[in-house]
Amino acid sequence: MTQTSTSDVTPDTAETQPTGTEPTETVMETVVNIGPSHPSTHGVCRVVVHLDGEVITHCEPIIGHLHRGIEKMAENRTYLQVVPLTDRLDYVGSMYANWAYCRAVERLAGIRVPERAEYIRVIVCELQRIASHMMGIGSTGADTGAFTAFMYTFAQREKVVELFELLCGARLTYNYVRPGGVSRDLPDGWVEQCRAFTAQHPSAMLEIDDLLLGNVIARARLKGVGVLTQVDAVAWGTSGPIARGSGVDWDLRRDDPYSVYPRFDFSVPLGDNGDSYDRARVRVWECVESCRIINQALDQLEPGSVQAEGLPRLLAPRPGDAYDHIESARGSLGVYLVSDGSPRLYRMKVRSPAFCNLAVLPLLAKGHTLSDLVVILGSLDPVFGEVDR
Amino acid sequence: MAFVDDLGAALDKTPGGGIILTSLDALIDWSRGKSLWMMPMGTACCAMELIAASFARFDFDRHGSIPRPDPRHTDVMVVAGTITRKMEPAVKRLWEQMPEPKWCIAMGNCAVSGGIFYYDTYSVVRGVDEFLPVDVYISGCPPRPEALQDAILRLREKVSAESIVPSRAKPVKSILPQPGDPRKGDIAAEGGEPS
Ligand code: SF4
Repeated sequence: MTQTSTSDVTPDTAETQPTGTEPTETVMETVVNIGPSHPSTHGVCRVVVHLDGEVITHCEPIIGHLHRGIEKMAENRTYLQVVPLTDRLDYVGSMYANWAYCRAVERLAGIRVPERAEYIRVIVCELQRIASHMMGIGSTGADTGAFTAFMYTFAQREKVVELFELLCGARLTYNYVRPGGVSRDLPDGWVEQCRAFTAQHPSAMLEIDDLLLGNVIARARLKGVGVLTQVDAVAWGTSGPIARGSGVDWDLRRDDPYSVYPRFDFSVPLGDNGDSYDRARVRVWECVESCRIINQALDQLEPGSVQAEGLPRLLAPRPGDAYDHIESARGSLGVYLVSDGSPRLYRMKVRSPAFCNLAVLPLLAKGHTLSDLVVILGSLDPVFGEVDR
Repeated sequence: MAFVDDLGAALDKTPGGGIILTSLDALIDWSRGKSLWMMPMGTACCAMELIAASFARFDFDRHGSIPRPDPRHTDVMVVAGTITRKMEPAVKRLWEQMPEPKWCIAMGNCAVSGGIFYYDTYSVVRGVDEFLPVDVYISGCPPRPEALQDAILRLREKVSAESIVPSRAKPVKSILPQPGDPRKGDIAAEGGEPS
């Protein structure tokens, strides 16, 4: 499955000439192209791999196959019209991009968000973290050949998607978090259903943990593969589970608190070795911590309004700029906005965690075999909507 | 398929061959329609729904539609997601690698027309039908897995009307309104008197 892609655009299986004049030792380098449509690249990524035998000497991810020009499109939209576009950035976790963008707009226009709306945002974003990690953990399983685990994680994901569907009618592109609050209040019975989910989810996580990460074969495939040292994790600007898997104790929810996060008691799981196993493990425990946060948020939820009062239909903030970032399922997701005083954005820039995390792929893959590349790429859990934007 | 084509043409001319041909067509269409293996050409958000469709809750395998990543194993390409100019040659190439007979489903607004990325962007192909012959369109951003299920069933109808002799293929009625069709609510067409 991982030999050569059946779908390569440029089938370049070239052999470079042996270097040096002495033909005593022949170094045969094979260049293999994987992607852009390959089941193990999690989207449309092309990886050009230089091989010595089966060992990777160098690899290069080629991105841009999903570049849709969202940042440019935003310049032709009003502030409210950009929200649906941010849904399409990180489509595994749409709520995050919604929220990061709305926070930047609120900072730019000086909007105060009602407390209930902040709580709802925290709840939906933690649910989104679970949904997104379910995809990440499941695909780690699929990459190592444990496809059954994917079925279990997806069953959990479907439950979260169902909750979102009750909330805003959409399964994937929610457009729920809006500048000044959220689009509508929680429907009747939603809180109970959400509690039922958070009560059941940790035990399901233990089962999945046991099934996938407790499996000898999966451990053998994941442990010691793609080790990212703590120093490298910081130097390359990684964030989220990738950095935390390497032991970098950095979580924006705790270290640069935003919204109502300081009111919750939660811990930040860390890995020790920085290998693919630790990254998967961190994701599993983050899901359990998310359930704790959701439970606390549901307890503290007070009735009230979910939209800021007196917001004009057409926002036109004063000239200036604003940056805000949140901790998404993939790391710190930042949005930088520049306003020139008109109702349209002047510039939007997204600091995408998936893009920064993908940059370490050549570093991690070097010295491993081709079959491990799939595992390493999967453990970085990139979403190409966000990488390419 | 040359042998099948020759056989079909020969049978069509033979007296009584029509009977054999009808049963042969029925058998071939039945077997083709019941095992439409999918080439999941998932590029963007819609791919998530494509994955969800073949998983636990929706379970597409029961329709005989199994996703296979290798184009040489598949019958129907499901284009799910935005196709950019950079991606276009790859999709075209994958389509060419699929053996005949093959069909194409455009899933989601992006694959149908460019969808939300129709205006103001410079890198998106406005609909996969600019370079592929699409059989079934599914609207939605993203469409629900049930919509994909419906598309597979519609495609099956289309497959069951085909014949190994092209002239014997039955016409398939498109569910899209055609030019000249009476419009719904059109009083004159429904037999009422225009007031
Ligand atoms: S139709 Fe919508 S959901 Fe599907 S790929 Fe396009 S933007 Fe994404």
